[in-house]
Amino acid sequence: MSGHTAPELSLAAFRQGFWRLLPISLFVAVFGAAFGLAAVQAGLPGNEILLMSATVFAGTAQFAALEMWGAEVPVLPLLATTFAINARMLLMGATLYPWMSRLPPGRRYASLVILSDANWAMNLNDLQTGRNTLGALVGGGFALWLTWLAGTFAGMVFGSAIADPQALGVDMVMGCFMLSMVLAGRRNSRTVLAWFVGGIAAYGAYRWLPENSHVLVGALAGGLVGAIWVEDKA
Amino acid sequence: MIDVESGGALLLIALMALVTLLTRLGGVLLMSFVPMGRRVEGFINAMAGSVLVAVLVPVAVKTDTAGQLALLATAGLMLLYRRPMPAIAAGILVAALARAV
Repeated sequence: MSGHTAPELSLAAFRQGFWRLLPISLFVAVFGAAFGLAAVQAGLPGNEILLMSATVFAGTAQFAALEMWGAEVPVLPLLATTFAINARMLLMGATLYPWMSRLPPGRRYASLVILSDANWAMNLNDLQTGRNTLGALVGGGFALWLTWLAGTFAGMVFGSAIADPQALGVDMVMGCFMLSMVLAGRRNSRTVLAWFVGGIAAYGAYRWLPENSHVLVGALAGGLVGAIWVEDKA
Repeated sequence: MIDVESGGALLLIALMALVTLLTRLGGVLLMSFVPMGRRVEGFINAMAGSVLVAVLVPVAVKTDTAGQLALLATAGLMLLYRRPMPAIAAGILVAALARAV
């Protein structure tokens, strides 16, 4: 944790974050296209598909919603599933708190509106390595949002003309990105133990607990390692 | 049950967006009620990497051999050079090549 100044949230930081996350965002567009196509096939009208991608901006939850979509949609199961899939963002947000707390509430919550996996992971890495900025979160988030929306639109219009993402290895982009962020962060025996405990707990939850619980279970189990084995203050 | 005709779909999308927004803002909001101590700080710091690992576990289990090779390639290059972009690119390339053969 670097000093006690509020993280930078300038236009220059925004721009920098936008360009840093644009390469990954272009791959995200491929998933957007897959969503656009699947949503057309599920019978949603175009304006509703675009509205969903623009306002929900959460791929996994949107795909899950399509499975429940029909002439009549069960409201509570839909919202419960949305919450369960996106609950990981509660934990992601919490990890940003030590830096976010130095911002006035308006800017603090406004910059979280666009939080998603990739921009969170990159920004947390920045903060932990002493780059006191929210450029990746906000600027990078905007890049992800823009390409998610553009991808959705492309999928609706061009449909199956878009290449098979799996053959191109595009389905592994998020996985490889997340993995690189894990290994780019600060590493010591405590964090490595937390990864192992978290990973084993997540695997157990994935195999035996209700669907979508694995991230919460794994993250909380890993967090407990850090709460029990407390860092020595230098 | 909500009927998707006559504006029902718009209501559903609005509700989904609201629930998702709450998960985005909720983590920081809830933490503002938790007194910061060494254990809380240790918890959220250890949780940061664990969230990523927990997201990755099912991905690594579900994917095919090509996907697993991709993750191995990314991990190997990250451990050697610590540069994310080349490591990710190598992972994707490995997945694409392994599926092409």
